[in-house]
Amino acid sequence: MSQPALLRLAKVSKRYGSVQANHEIDLEVHSGSIHAVLGENGAGKSTLMKLIYGVEQPDAGKIHWNGQEVHFARPSDAQSLGIGMVFQHFSLFETLSVVQNVSLMVPGKPAELAQKITDLGDQFGLSVDPHAMVHRLSVGERQRVEIIRCLLLNPKLLILDEPTSVLPPQSVRRLFETLRKLQADGMAILFISHKLDEIRELCETASVLRGGEVTGRVDPREHDARSLAQLMIGREMPNVAHAAPRPPGEERLRLNALSHPRASRFGTTLEDIDLKLRSGEIVGIAGISGNGQQELAALISGETRAQEPGMIEIMGKKVGQLGPMARRKLGFAFVPEERLGRGAVPEMSLADNSLLTAHSRSMLSRGFIRRSVERAFTRECIDAFDVRTPGPDAEAGAMSGGNLQKFILGREIMLSPDLMLVSQPTWGVDIGAATAIRRRLLDMRDQGCAILVISEEMDELFEMCSKLHVLHKGQLSAALDAADTTPQEIGRYMIGAVT
Amino acid sequence: MKLRLIRRDSASRLAMFTAPVLALVLTCVASLVLFSALGKDAGAALHALLLKPFLSWYSFSEVLLKMAPLLLIAQGLAIGFRANVFNIGAEGQFIVGALCASALPVYFPDGNFPMMLPAMIAFGALGGTVYALIAAALRTRFGASEILVTLMMALIAVQILNYLLLGPWKDPRGFNFPQTVMFPDNAMLPILFDGTRTNISLIFSLLASVFAYLMMQHHFRGYQLRTAGLAPRAALYAGFSAPRMVWLGLGLGGLAAGIAGASEVAGPLGQLQRSVTSGYGYAAIIVAYVGGLNPLGIIASSFLISVIYIGGDSATVSAGLPVAAVEVFQGLLLFFYLLTFTLIRFRIEIDRKVTA
Repeated sequence: MSQPALLRLAKVSKRYGSVQANHEIDLEVHSGSIHAVLGENGAGKSTLMKLIYGVEQPDAGKIHWNGQEVHFARPSDAQSLGIGMVFQHFSLFETLSVVQNVSLMVPGKPAELAQKITDLGDQFGLSVDPHAMVHRLSVGERQRVEIIRCLLLNPKLLILDEPTSVLPPQSVRRLFETLRKLQADGMAILFISHKLDEIRELCETASVLRGGEVTGRVDPREHDARSLAQLMIGREMPNVAHAAPRPPGEERLRLNALSHPRASRFGTTLEDIDLKLRSGEIVGIAGISGNGQQELAALISGETRAQEPGMIEIMGKKVGQLGPMARRKLGFAFVPEERLGRGAVPEMSLADNSLLTAHSRSMLSRGFIRRSVERAFTRECIDAFDVRTPGPDAEAGAMSGGNLQKFILGREIMLSPDLMLVSQPTWGVDIGAATAIRRRLLDMRDQGCAILVISEEMDELFEMCSKLHVLHKGQLSAALDAADTTPQEIGRYMIGAVT
Repeated sequence: MKLRLIRRDSASRLAMFTAPVLALVLTCVASLVLFSALGKDAGAALHALLLKPFLSWYSFSEVLLKMAPLLLIAQGLAIGFRANVFNIGAEGQFIVGALCASALPVYFPDGNFPMMLPAMIAFGALGGTVYALIAAALRTRFGASEILVTLMMALIAVQILNYLLLGPWKDPRGFNFPQTVMFPDNAMLPILFDGTRTNISLIFSLLASVFAYLMMQHHFRGYQLRTAGLAPRAALYAGFSAPRMVWLGLGLGGLAAGIAGASEVAGPLGQLQRSVTSGYGYAAIIVAYVGGLNPLGIIASSFLISVIYIGGDSATVSAGLPVAAVEVFQGLLLFFYLLTFTLIRFRIEIDRKVTA
């Protein structure tokens, strides 16, 4: 590495209000290398990328490009020097075709662009039909479009923000092949992730971020996942060992040929879904979001009414056309994937957010709110579930995603439900909190609760569930025994290779 | 350079009280300049606008008279507004309330109807409620915007009023004026303070304020309404029925406006006449928002708005201010109030520009 680094950051800092998001970060990226930035949620990865891409400006420190100091006032400054970025959440217009989307950022005639898209696709294994409408594309294909769009601007550095979080295992493999080809072509790649195995496989250097500071610069291939995790969270990984599940008991939830038409053009029609869930077991629903997960969760919770009462049975009762409150009275509880605005009201205090679903816990007297009961319940939830907050009067909207998730999960668990639906339990939650959340769910199972988990995280599902289904394009696979199946097999269901 | 509003972590209680005071001071300064530019005696004008309402018992009682309907309607509307149910046509419900209440004295002009006054209030309440619930039915059944429906129905109410006053309900001995007979004594609200026009409708309004406070701040129903307004999907998640919120929000708004309408004809007017469409229903929207949709805040804001109404009347007479100038003054006060209130909730941040 005799030549100067393509990108070098020297003591770069950024502060938002009272939060020091980045503190004196040093970073070097060389051409023809894949450099990982590793860190938990909230460690400052996203802020760092925004500084490099010119979305935000650093308060202190210097950014050098090819040895020259540079300032980026906006992303187009960074783009003009040759920095491209693929965001975690795609920025494509669903109602336009691939080539139309590309032409919004890249100059050129549509016919020429289409040819370039095909050529690049052949060269780097990014095949996609340039004239396909984006809303018809799979997640993997959309990501390829994003990458192609960046490549057409001839970048020297490509930043990928959590690129694998939305992909099934097979597509991850394909993405890695593409990235290696780009690397061989002389491209510098900055790969942001919190998935240790991927980083060990792909990258030769990694910067570990914790609490806004670089805590280590390592060769990830020389460390095992355990020691990387320790660098990342600053302490030993909690040991996850669970008692084997006892044989399940009586049936608590049953879906009988549940079908439901989509509500909008971009929704998903559910077809003929059958599922059984018994007490003392956790059943998982794997699959990439957008394949009917939201629709299914809303049907089970009662936020959407089913077409026939008998399509959904809770505790043996036909509840398809009952509302959420009636289902909760039967012992149902639900942790939704959106925390702010659905699981909690951002502008209200935690105490008032307890009332949202826990009002049946003697919080009302003739309809009047008993503030003391409400506060006691909230305080208990904060203590028992390690919610980091000033107290019951703190506004829900001011809390971090992980803390709020612990609060909502705690509130639902404190209702001592017999049946629980948990949707994306650890989305945007740091490793420590995620481990705690999974342990809570397993404890609930051991106490005889029936739990249905909808998740994109395959590791999480394999850790907790005894049976797995896969939801793909609104259809649910048959139950697979978690002990007899592999992530690869689940992955094949996720992309529709098996049904 | 770019300006951004950043929400403050917490707004201090002290600041909540300084905002209205600051707004008043700024309004006075701006109006001094404005009135002087008009060639009027600015000091006398401000004196009339702000102090005269307090300088005699009679003008103060007129403030209370004006405050009663504003307070009552605003409390009802605020309940709906908190739930994102926007009843803009309280004026229509107010008129229908007045019409329904007037039916009794019009058909029993001698007053030989048992419980005349309570029945009138009940008729008015019922009329206002039903009139508002038409919008609720259209919203819940067909998804029609209650904003448009209530507003258009307010225009319909005015035409019903015109029809009745020019036709079947016109006083036969009224020299063809579009008004009904004068109401008999037992159709009139008792006066609260002797020698003034302030009647017991002020008590109705204060009771409504207590009711609104208990319901919105301490009752589960109010909590459901607030949740529906702040986070509709959280209300759905918890299973609070959205249609019920619409029925409740519109129904209570119509109820309050109907009672206010009945009290107007059974109070200062003493008959049904065209001037019953005095704009209370629209002004109450402003009262509700200036009061922060908070039941206690609305008591303060209804008083404030009543003062500047009465003060405005006297300023046109004693200081010779044109009516338009009085309206500008009222607008300035609202403008500065909203400005100071925003600055209490948010602070302004200036983006430094970093150039290449």
